Amino acid sequence: MTGTKETTAVSTHYVHPEPFNPTVAEDLTPEQERFYQASQWQIMWWKFRRHKLAVWSGVILLLFYLCVPFAEQIAPYTPNTRDSQHLYAPPQAVHLFHDGKLVGPFVYGMKSDLDMVNLKWVFSDDTTKVQKLRFFCSGDTYEFWGLFKANFHLVCPAEDGTLFLLGTDRLGRDQFSGLVYGARLSLTVGLVGVTIAIVLGLFFGGIAGYFGGLADNLIQRLIEIMRSLPELPLWMALSAALPVTWSPVWIYFGLTVILGLLDWPGLARAVRSKLLSLREEEYAKAALLMGAKPKRVITRHLLPGFTSHIIASATLSIPSMILGETALSFLNLGLRRPSVSWGVLLNEAQNISVVTVYPWLMAPVIPIIIVVLAFNFLGDGLRDAADPYK
Amino acid sequence: MIYYILRRILAMVPTLLIISFLTFFIIELPAGDYISNQISALKSTGESASIAKLEFLRKEFALDRPFFERYLIWVGLWSGPHGFDGLLQGNWGWSFEFDKPVETVIGPTLPLTVILNFTTILFVYIVSFPIGIYSATRQYSWGDYGFTFLGYLGLAVPNFLLGLILLYLFNRWFGLSVGGLMAPEYIDQGWSMGKVLSVLAHLIVPTIVIGTAGTAAMIRRLRANLLDELHKQYVTTARAKGLSEKKLLAKYPLRMALNPFIADIGNLIPSLVSGSVIVSVVLNLPTVGPVLLSALQSQDQYLAGFILLFVAVLTLIGMLVSDLLLAVLDPRIRLGGRAAS
Repeated sequence: MTGTKETTAVSTHYVHPEPFNPTVAEDLTPEQERFYQASQWQIMWWKFRRHKLAVWSGVILLLFYLCVPFAEQIAPYTPNTRDSQHLYAPPQAVHLFHDGKLVGPFVYGMKSDLDMVNLKWVFSDDTTKVQKLRFFCSGDTYEFWGLFKANFHLVCPAEDGTLFLLGTDRLGRDQFSGLVYGARLSLTVGLVGVTIAIVLGLFFGGIAGYFGGLADNLIQRLIEIMRSLPELPLWMALSAALPVTWSPVWIYFGLTVILGLLDWPGLARAVRSKLLSLREEEYAKAALLMGAKPKRVITRHLLPGFTSHIIASATLSIPSMILGETALSFLNLGLRRPSVSWGVLLNEAQNISVVTVYPWLMAPVIPIIIVVLAFNFLGDGLRDAADPYK
Repeated sequence: MIYYILRRILAMVPTLLIISFLTFFIIELPAGDYISNQISALKSTGESASIAKLEFLRKEFALDRPFFERYLIWVGLWSGPHGFDGLLQGNWGWSFEFDKPVETVIGPTLPLTVILNFTTILFVYIVSFPIGIYSATRQYSWGDYGFTFLGYLGLAVPNFLLGLILLYLFNRWFGLSVGGLMAPEYIDQGWSMGKVLSVLAHLIVPTIVIGTAGTAAMIRRLRANLLDELHKQYVTTARAKGLSEKKLLAKYPLRMALNPFIADIGNLIPSLVSGSVIVSVVLNLPTVGPVLLSALQSQDQYLAGFILLFVAVLTLIGMLVSDLLLAVLDPRIRLGGRAAS
């Protein structure tokens, strides 16, 4: 008892030895400081980076998109090279060891026998023939970007050998090379289509959201009607209307326009609702009061506010376009040979009895699923990051 | 309520007009028409005997008139070569390819198209409802993760590819022909119990194939909605007052979450119908899908046009039903009237 009395007598209050900082409540930790000083895009990037799945999806997509400029080098063959000795040849596996010894990547040669019962060629590995793959080599000649002739490939089959990583189709065309070249059209169809959809969506959504009233009403009705229509039958009808005489390039552009034309309502609706809420923000009103014209208010003050949202929803609508192209080409209504896209390749798999015998004809399904999934995850990540202050 | 239904149906009339115009515009896009193409084909072979007949047919089908006039004749709002004889009067047009009225060409396929779409919608509802509730009430459980993963996969795999893969697997594992509507032995027989069962069995695969993507989307939506509700104060209050979990769930949050669930099916219907078209082509089902494809390829314009219109009307009716269901469920929509539209 006496002890406590003494201490209270010595110091009635505890006083921290450090001097008191009156602004302690407002002071920011270095982290917070960094956050508040960073630009909007910087914060979005931080937030996006935390979404691991989205980041990885982005990486995978980048890898896929490498096929677009460099298809000629990546693919061992050109997509229309026919090997009449190997029709419907099965995929060749890449081995590293032969007889327990390391040889480096190689494939076994193929023996072909005629199956007289089912009347088809049966291919099997010929383990006496070791065909070493060549890297950074010269193979089929191609015209790089239509500019000059070259024959450089990343990987080629051995001299007099074959390299059919995913088998061949009914004319002996290499499936893997087809996939690589097909990526060129399949992956860009979505990008071009989405650009068209964005332009249309911004235009109509912008008018509806900014001016409101009658324009808004009309555009809203139009959007509703467009959204209530089943897309695919319309796509089918429109692409059936593309003249057969058009060159493949024109067909391709026609197809992207068709895909873009029907996909803008979703974007327009997003733009409209975002504009409606942003229009009421104080900075937009201030700009108006200072005499800014609608065009300036929209482009300078409102657009930057929802660019991120547009990018996110555009990313989410790319997969449906890729699938649209695939479906149309699959049905013979879209691209046709000699153009190669994943849908065109799948066209070979239309007959189910052929697929049961030669299942590797379904190979294009895999990249399609991966790309669509990746775009979905990436879009989810972008959408979360689009509102970084939330 | 009756007022609401009437207003909702009346609102469909202008929509229908615009859709029919769009449809007609699209099917008229390809250069020329079926008959003039035939005429030029005949001319190039030097034959002239049947050209006169074809010219007569062109007049008969009013193909020689201007675009708008043809549209109005097609709809039945304008007097054509046979007076008012268009869609409104019950004349669905003529299929040049089959040389039969459109009605007889696709008549048999219409019921199946409707049935297929209807069962798909039912499937989506029945499957996504319990799974959505399960996922929301047991958030972050293994089951939840599993269904979320399946859902993503379902969204990513386009339905016609799924159809193709299933066809392949079924063929491989069971040696089963999945395509078609019934087992081959029933095709030319009258209706019997066995035939009905066979048809039902063959409907399972297409229903799953068409409905998967929609189901995945609905599960995600219901899960998100229900999770939002479950974190609200009134749920805590109810729990504090000692309501059992089951009763609590069914009584309050579920009802709130149900609303967007029903409304969303309206957005799903177009994609379901569009999916049914291409899946029917892949699985070789006798719905309007394959007919549409061949009609488009041979530029059989009235046949294609009628199918496009039919498919669009089907989605409109589906949306109407979902709107009416919503009105039954939610008095705010029924009574709010103006705000809801």
